[in-house]
Amino acid sequence: MINKLKSKDLIGTKDLSPEEILLILDTAESMKEISSRDIKKVPALRGKTIINLFYESSTRTRTSFEIAGKRLSADVVNISVSTSSVVKGETLKDTAKNLEAMNPDAVVIRHSSSGAPDFISKILKCPVINAGDGAHEHPTQALLDLFTIREKKKELKGLKVSIIGDIAHSRVARSNIYAMNKMGMDVTVSGPSTLIPVDIEKMGVKISTDVKKAIEGADVIIMLRIQLERQEKGLFPSIREYSRLFGLNTEKLKNAKEDVIIMHPGPMNRGVEISADVADGQYSLILDQVTNGVAVRMAILHLLTGGA
Amino acid sequence: MIKNSKTLIKNGRVIDPANKIDTVLDILIENGKIIEIGNSLTTHHSPLTTIIDASDKIVVPGLIDMHVHLREPGYEYKETIKTGTEAALAGGFTSIACMPNTKPVNDNQSVTDFILDKARKEGVVNVYPVGAITKGLKGEELSEIGELKSAGVVAVTDDGKPVMNSELMRRAMEYASMFDLPVLSHCEDLHLSEGGVMNEGFASTELGLKGIPNTAEDVMTARDIALSELTGARLHIAHVSTRGTVNLIRDAKNRGVKVTCETAPHYFTLTEEGVRGYNTNAKMNPPLRSEDDLKAIRDGLKDGTIDVIATDHAPHEASEKDVEFDKAPFGIVGLETALPLTLKLVEDGVISLNDAISKLTVNPAKILGINKGTLSVGSDADITIINPEEVWQINVKKFKSKGKNSPFNGWNVKGMVNTVIINGVKQI
Repeated sequence: MINKLKSKDLIGTKDLSPEEILLILDTAESMKEISSRDIKKVPALRGKTIINLFYESSTRTRTSFEIAGKRLSADVVNISVSTSSVVKGETLKDTAKNLEAMNPDAVVIRHSSSGAPDFISKILKCPVINAGDGAHEHPTQALLDLFTIREKKKELKGLKVSIIGDIAHSRVARSNIYAMNKMGMDVTVSGPSTLIPVDIEKMGVKISTDVKKAIEGADVIIMLRIQLERQEKGLFPSIREYSRLFGLNTEKLKNAKEDVIIMHPGPMNRGVEISADVADGQYSLILDQVTNGVAVRMAILHLLTGGA
Repeated sequence: MIKNSKTLIKNGRVIDPANKIDTVLDILIENGKIIEIGNSLTTHHSPLTTIIDASDKIVVPGLIDMHVHLREPGYEYKETIKTGTEAALAGGFTSIACMPNTKPVNDNQSVTDFILDKARKEGVVNVYPVGAITKGLKGEELSEIGELKSAGVVAVTDDGKPVMNSELMRRAMEYASMFDLPVLSHCEDLHLSEGGVMNEGFASTELGLKGIPNTAEDVMTARDIALSELTGARLHIAHVSTRGTVNLIRDAKNRGVKVTCETAPHYFTLTEEGVRGYNTNAKMNPPLRSEDDLKAIRDGLKDGTIDVIATDHAPHEASEKDVEFDKAPFGIVGLETALPLTLKLVEDGVISLNDAISKLTVNPAKILGINKGTLSVGSDADITIINPEEVWQINVKKFKSKGKNSPFNGWNVKGMVNTVIINGVKQI
C-alpha cells in the first residue's frame, strides 16, 4: 500500500495510478468523518498557506477547496482574476512568479485555457492542484465522483458508466474517463455527434448517440451541463431539441436499471439536460457529490501539502 | 569586393540540378558572376585570387527560401530585415521572399520600396518582397498589383489568411496573371478552423484544445485549384500539411493545372504529438498533423508533387510564446534549421540529395521567376558550400534570428553551412 502521491502536483487523473486513486479515496473517507463532527477542524495543515487562483467564475469548486483547506487549519487565500480580454492584465507567468515569491504551500488553479495548471506547475515549487482547465481536466471532480460511486456501490470495478452531454467541451468527462478506466469501469459517452470529440474512442470508451441505449444497463449516469453558446456555434439546433433528445427525464429513465445512480457536476440547467424531478429524485446523488467534494479535496490537500 | 578579384572553389562535389551536374568540379568566380566551371581550373596563381578548398564538401547554388516573415516594417521587436537576412545567411540561404503581413501591409509601392531599400542597406542576402493580394490583407479589395509588380514584388499572397471570397480570389488570379505573378495561397477555410489551435485528432481531444481539421486546408486547396483551372493563373499552394492537399495537387498536376506547392521542414519532421505538454513552439498554422499526413508529405516530396521546401520562418518574441497554449501566436522560426532537417530526409532515403537541392534552389527560383538557383556560367555567383558530415546541436541561443521559437532546440543534426558566397562575395 502506498502512502503518498508520486507527483508534486495534481494536474490530471491521466497521471494517477490506480493505487494513487485508491489512496485519495481512502484518505477522503477519514476526511469525511471530520466533516461530520461538531467541531469540523483538525490541525493537520496549520501554518500552511493555500492560494485559490480562479480565472473562471466558480462557486462550488472554489468554496469546496476553501472549506477543505480551512477544515485542515490551513490559511486559504482566494484570488479571483477577471479574464476580460479588454483589459490586458499580468501574464500568467508573472502571476505565478509573484505567487512563488510569497512562498505558498499549494496553489489551486482554475483557468479557461487548457494546460494552464501544467504551465504554472513548472514555475511554482509548491504543489499545483488543477481545479479545472479549459476542456482538459478537472481531476478533483472525477475523484469526488468516484468517491460518491464507491460509497453507494461499494465496488468500482465492472460498473457501467454513461456520461451524457457535451463531451467535446467537458473537462469532467475527460478526467472521469481516465480515472474510471484505471479503476476497471466501463465507460460510454453519449450526446449529439457534434459534441463528441474526434477519436475519443481511443481513450477507451464506447460511443452512443442514442441516449436510450446509453441509459439502458448503466449503473451510473453522469449528466453534463450544456452551454447555450454551443447553439450559437451551430452545434445543436435548439435547447428544445437538445432537451428532447438528450435531456434526462422520468420517461427516459424507465429504461434504466433499478439501482441506477444519477450524478451531475453542476451547475445544472434544470429542465434542459436534466428534469427537475430526476435531479431531485430518488436516484440522484447530486448533493452527495457536493458533500464528498469537500472530503476529497481535503484528502488531496493533505496528501500533497505534506501532512503525512 | 576588389575589382577583378577572383574566387576559385576547388574540389567540391558540385550539385547543380538545373544543369544536371553532380560531380567533383571547380568553380571560378569573377566580378560577382560564375565565369567558369570545370575540372582542375587554375588562375595562374594570381595574387588576387581567393581559393576555397571544398574537398569533401557539397557546393550548391545559394539556397532560396520563398516563404519568410521578416516582420519589418512594424514588428521590429520580432525580427528586422537585418536580423532576418542574417538568419537566412547562417542557414545557407542567399535569397528569400518575404511575406506582406507587415505593419503597414505590403500592399503598395511605398512599402515595397521601403523593404527593398532597407534590404540593400542592411540586408545580407537577396530579398524579394511578396505583395498582398488584397488591401490590408482584408480580403475585400484587390491591391494595386500592377504597381506592386513594377515596384519589384515577385508574387502576391494574403499569407496568414486566406482570401475567403471565392469571387475575389478568382479575380485576383485573373489580374495577377496579366503580370505573370504567381498567386501564393494560404489554404484555410476560416469557418472550419475557427478557434482551432492545433490539429484536430486524438491529441487535441486528450489535451482539450480546439482542433483544426485537415479539411480546413483541403477544401480551400480544392477551391483554388478549381479557380486556377478556370483562370489559367499560376497557383502556388503554401505550407502544405495534409494528405488530402497532397492528393489534390498531385491530381491537378496530372491534369495539367498550373499548380505548384511547398511544404516546410516541420511538416515532414514532426507530428501533432509534438504539442503534448502544451509546447507553444509546436504551434503553427497550419498545425502539425498526424503521422499519416507526415507520411503523405514525404511521399509528395519523393514523387515531385511537392516542388519546394520553404521554412515559413515566423519569428516571435520569447514572451509572446511563453503563455497559455491557446493564447500563443502561431509560427516557428526555420531559416537556421531547414538545411539539416532536409538533409535528414536525404539520409532517411526519402528524397535524393539532388532533389533536396532542387527544392531549395531552382524550383523556388522558377516559381518566383527570379534569375537565381543555378550555377550556370554567367549567372550570379550565389553559392552555398555545405559540410555534409558535420554534426552539431541546434541551440536557439546561437540563432542570428531574434526569434528563438523553434521546436528543434537541442536536436543533434548533421550537415552544416560551411561557406556562403553572394554575388561573388564570401559572406561566411
